[in-house]
Amino acid sequence: MNFLASLADRERVFDFLVPAASPVDVRHGPILYLEDVTVSFDGFRAIDGLDLTIDDGELRCIIGPNGAGKTTMMDIITGKTRPDTGSVWFGSRHDLLTMNEPEIASLGIGRKFQKPTVFEALSVFENLELAMAADKRILPTLTARMSGEIRERIEEVLATIGLTELQSRPAGILSHGQKQWLEIGMLLMQRPRLLLVDEPVAGMTEQEMERTAELLTGLAGKGKQSVVVVEHDMGFVRSIARTVTVLHQGRVLAEGSMDQVANDPKVIEVYLGAEEEVA
Amino acid sequence: MWLTRPFRERSTRLFLGILLAALGLVTLLNLALPEGHPLHVSTYTVTLLGKYLSYALLAVAVDLVWGYLGILSLGHGAFFALGGYAMGMYLMRQIGDRGVYGDPVLPDFMVFLDWQSLPWYWHGFDMAAIAFLMVLLAPGLLALVFGFLAFRSRVTGVYLSIITQAMTFALMLAFFRNEMGFGGNNGLTDFRELLGFDLRSDATRLGLFLATGIALALGYVLCRAIVASKLGRVSVACRDAEARTRFLGYRVERVQLFVFVVSAMLAGVAGALYVPQVGIINPSEFSPIFSIEVVLWVALGGRATLYGAVIGALLVNYAKTVFTGVMPDAWLFALGGLFVLVTVFLPRGVAGLFAYRRRPAEDTQPTAKEASA
Repeated sequence: MNFLASLADRERVFDFLVPAASPVDVRHGPILYLEDVTVSFDGFRAIDGLDLTIDDGELRCIIGPNGAGKTTMMDIITGKTRPDTGSVWFGSRHDLLTMNEPEIASLGIGRKFQKPTVFEALSVFENLELAMAADKRILPTLTARMSGEIRERIEEVLATIGLTELQSRPAGILSHGQKQWLEIGMLLMQRPRLLLVDEPVAGMTEQEMERTAELLTGLAGKGKQSVVVVEHDMGFVRSIARTVTVLHQGRVLAEGSMDQVANDPKVIEVYLGAEEEVA
Repeated sequence: MWLTRPFRERSTRLFLGILLAALGLVTLLNLALPEGHPLHVSTYTVTLLGKYLSYALLAVAVDLVWGYLGILSLGHGAFFALGGYAMGMYLMRQIGDRGVYGDPVLPDFMVFLDWQSLPWYWHGFDMAAIAFLMVLLAPGLLALVFGFLAFRSRVTGVYLSIITQAMTFALMLAFFRNEMGFGGNNGLTDFRELLGFDLRSDATRLGLFLATGIALALGYVLCRAIVASKLGRVSVACRDAEARTRFLGYRVERVQLFVFVVSAMLAGVAGALYVPQVGIINPSEFSPIFSIEVVLWVALGGRATLYGAVIGALLVNYAKTVFTGVMPDAWLFALGGLFVLVTVFLPRGVAGLFAYRRRPAEDTQPTAKEASA
């Protein structure tokens, strides 16, 4: 009876009528919220009871030794891997565990992979064109036209990533560093709310690293993007980080400013000590 | 309009110009010169060329999915044959009571098998509109169901190639059965009329040749329009980095399904134009070898160029006609040798000779300037 009454209620909005891609709700602060997430591969716990909160507009660095679960964590957020237990929320409205990869991408989570993957056969310009936030269904894509507005947006991003001159060259000819830039540009075209950046400066020169740092710090901000950077290079992390999270064996070992973290004895033991000695 | 975009490309205009000029020239040499003149093109040759052109359309369809989407279909012969069967059924019904057994409704082979009435799926094929619709729908539906299941499960690469082979092989075995109602291993033949035109008359044969040429031109423009659109660039992206494309928010399986179905329909049209010119359709068109041969044409001509597929289909089939006339046993060796030679010396196919300065992929897309026009 209650059910029938609820059907008759004219004020009621059925769940299936609420558009899935409704804007991300960040009124409560966090844009990304992971709670008690666990994943095992053949008995090996890659992620073990991970809790992580990223605030709107925050720039967060995540460090940790190899096998700490950094990449697996990214896979879970983007929908590539499903956790065994736990919950993952984007804002306070979207349960990412109920969505697939394209849905999560169109919600505004962009990911830069560790190894740069750009479309080598397509030109730099076209790489950005495909990455752009747009109606990505078949027929709109088939009939899509290049408007002045789109062109401006692409050129703006080309200027940001410094590849304006190479825009009509195939992406396959770019150097490693330039490909990393292009990937970041492709992320920007999606106008994401949350950027996941996996080792952005691997294989970059000192100069390129500085520009990347400038770019990433410029991107994060309230009402703009939140940025999560996974990085090995401690110098780079020190130059951009406000808050650092240290992962170890699939869980958070420490969290805080770079100085706090660097002085944490647990962290020094598993990670920084070895790293500093090398450096 | 996305469909008119190819006309702005120099390569498309060149291709259409050459194709239309060739059609005109053949027509002229066939009609204007008397028989016996050294330059006269006989109706036999015209029909042979028409057959090549239908093969060329099939090759363009294969190049669309293989060259631009990275799906190596080794079963496109199935779509070609289905289109051919749809046309064959129409032509069978057109025979009417002029068959050997003189039955006004039942085709000869059904009378021979002692069938009393027309199977349900033969109804409507006496009407050209329905039959021609089925030329598109039958291959399209098969591709839709097959592609939906395959792409949804993310079956790609070699595995997909193998199951496309299995698909066409299974269909061949099915069509060999008399109980299927498609004439068993004899297939459908003895055609007389198409839309009221006598299939044995020279004028009809020339008309069929021209219709095939125009279908090839339209099919080429359609494929080119898809390839030059943003969807075409998404296809190339799916081909080269499928996972990456998915992360950009594109439904890769839908892109694959759309292009695959379009390609299957084009193959069906090619089959429908092939059948009235060769005068028979039988299950051998479903044979896996034929589908593999089509892929060879595309590889020889040059993958991911579309015009390369046309060149490959024409060259190989011409060579086949010559070789099987001179020394039939040597043909497969010649084909194999040709394939080895081209792979070693022309890795990008015959089309690579024309576009040696450009990378094949640059061919797949307009420059930024063209795109904005």
